[in-house]
Amino acid sequence: MTEKKIIDREGLNQLIKVLLDMGFQVAGPTLRDEAIVYENIQSIKDLPEGWTDEQDGGIYRLKKRSDKALFGYVVGPHSWKKFLHPPERRLWKATLNESDFEIIPEESDPRKFAFLGVRSCELHAIAIQDKVFLEGNHKDPSYQLRRENAFFIAVHCGQAGGTCFCVSMNTGPRAESGFDLALTEVIHDNDHYFVVETGSDRGMDVIKKIPNRKAEAREVEHADSKIAEATAQMGRVLDTTNIKELLYQNLEHPQWDDIANRCLSCANCTMVCPTCFCSTVEDVTDITGDHAERWQKWDSCFTMDFSHLHGGEVRTSTKSRYRQWMTHKLASWQDQFGSSGCVGCGRCITWCPVAIDFTEEVPKICGSENSNTAVTKENEAPHENS
Amino acid sequence: MTQSVKKPKVAVWKFASCDGCQLSLLDCEDELLAVTEQIEIANFPEASRAVIKGPYDLSLVEGSITTPHDAERIQMVRSVSKFVITIGACATAGGIQALRNFKDVNEFISVVYASPDYISTLDKSTPISEHIKVDFELRGCPIDKMQLVEVISAFLKGRKPNTPAHSTCIDCKRRGTVCVMVSQGKMCMGPVTHSGCGALCPSYNRGCYGCFGPKETANTSSLSSWHKKQGSDNDEILRAFRGFNAYSEPFRKESELHEKENTND
Repeated sequence: MTEKKIIDREGLNQLIKVLLDMGFQVAGPTLRDEAIVYENIQSIKDLPEGWTDEQDGGIYRLKKRSDKALFGYVVGPHSWKKFLHPPERRLWKATLNESDFEIIPEESDPRKFAFLGVRSCELHAIAIQDKVFLEGNHKDPSYQLRRENAFFIAVHCGQAGGTCFCVSMNTGPRAESGFDLALTEVIHDNDHYFVVETGSDRGMDVIKKIPNRKAEAREVEHADSKIAEATAQMGRVLDTTNIKELLYQNLEHPQWDDIANRCLSCANCTMVCPTCFCSTVEDVTDITGDHAERWQKWDSCFTMDFSHLHGGEVRTSTKSRYRQWMTHKLASWQDQFGSSGCVGCGRCITWCPVAIDFTEEVPKICGSENSNTAVTKENEAPHENS
Repeated sequence: MTQSVKKPKVAVWKFASCDGCQLSLLDCEDELLAVTEQIEIANFPEASRAVIKGPYDLSLVEGSITTPHDAERIQMVRSVSKFVITIGACATAGGIQALRNFKDVNEFISVVYASPDYISTLDKSTPISEHIKVDFELRGCPIDKMQLVEVISAFLKGRKPNTPAHSTCIDCKRRGTVCVMVSQGKMCMGPVTHSGCGALCPSYNRGCYGCFGPKETANTSSLSSWHKKQGSDNDEILRAFRGFNAYSEPFRKESELHEKENTND
């Protein structure tokens, strides 16, 4: 590993400036509409200085911090998916000529993104989407271009949120790979600095352009202890032992009905999930019929249209749709892509309008090694409000 | 396209309504000329007194059925129309005037009108589909003008219109709007409301009012339970479901439950 460096707040500002000068569109966390979202930023002034978030099932609230931390919060409603796999994208246009249609392909996206403040769970999520979009027989060239051009500045989490469970999913809180630079924010006594690790040659070249010095052992210790604090603070836990087999064994567990009573099938969980990748395609014509466009839009397995085949929808009940989502995320994802589809970021818990919680539901469904025991237990347990 | 092709004849009909949805057609501005090049507006009193006799290829119907006269007139509309599309919450769900359906309309008449004898009205305000076969229902109070252009374009080309029945939440998330329920604890109908407006209200920091009516498989009871847990009382929840789409089945059933609870209190 290369030696760790120290930069201060002004150094971070310089870092943003250097990236902007290199032609990157720098995206990072910023305050908007009572939340910390990812938008384009111009300097450290755009970062949510002195703010933190409190999260629980269905609840997200901003709170003032007692210090001036720039990264003193966890993940919010947005993920980097909105840049790499945009929610709405035109695939092509077509015009009717005298005899035929002319297809006008979409020009490739010229933007180069630099992402500032990418958390470890998010790097894992991007690695998972890479498998979806870049491996196998059908690569998505548009994703590939944005992905290859992107510059990643990770931030190791110094605290965990109320719905975080990355430790359970083995995806954090320390970013291990997939970044060009990684920062740990340290506020100690009156010092405020960032311990910087480089993860690529590009990262090395960039860090050379901003004022830095070699990190001292005690500074690295402070940084490590911050990450250890985050590990100890995890708001949620998910036991993943045999999770695939247990879910497959419990496809008719009564808890699925209990969830379906609460699930709104609104699709918020899938929209905020940083690994959910499904999209639909809409063909539109204008009123003359001489112009057509094809659009790709984020879709969700919670809509009826999603499973519409000849003769109707395959998954008509909310139960079947929720079960599809959870078993894909935690079980069949492993069969399909060789890893879990969940990175433990907790977004689906926080942003579910009625607080349906993966980490509460999975143990109820998987209960114990013996699925029959789990079923009996569930049947005996009285359900309030159902 | 060749101009020799006969343009489809379109009629616009008004029943009990505020005219806002018809005006959406006139509001099309940039698209209006293109629209009139493709269709012949044969009967549209809001726009022109010139009326071309039916039958019509397409009838756009605004408003709900509230009088015995209108109940007969809608049968005439069906008989002169190849294709009937209802536009807006009144025609599709009975509209805000369907609030009368939860009360005794005769009581209102006696209070409101000096000579109640002159009033000929039905007990209920009902959607067009309760009276005739409807080919397509376009949601909204008012309808979204771009959705109207989409529906007309789809009709002209014989394709299915892109008017998804999923939640308004999907639109919020696609445009990057932060959920006002989760981040601010606001009352929001988005998770049970049909897409179509582009998630307008949450983008202005308000909860969704449910103008586009119930989405597919709307779980109204779960949303109510949650809002109750967050401190909303029965009256607030009742009012949330008693809006422009109060008489649509999922919203009606949910509000009736809360009305009962109020009576029991």
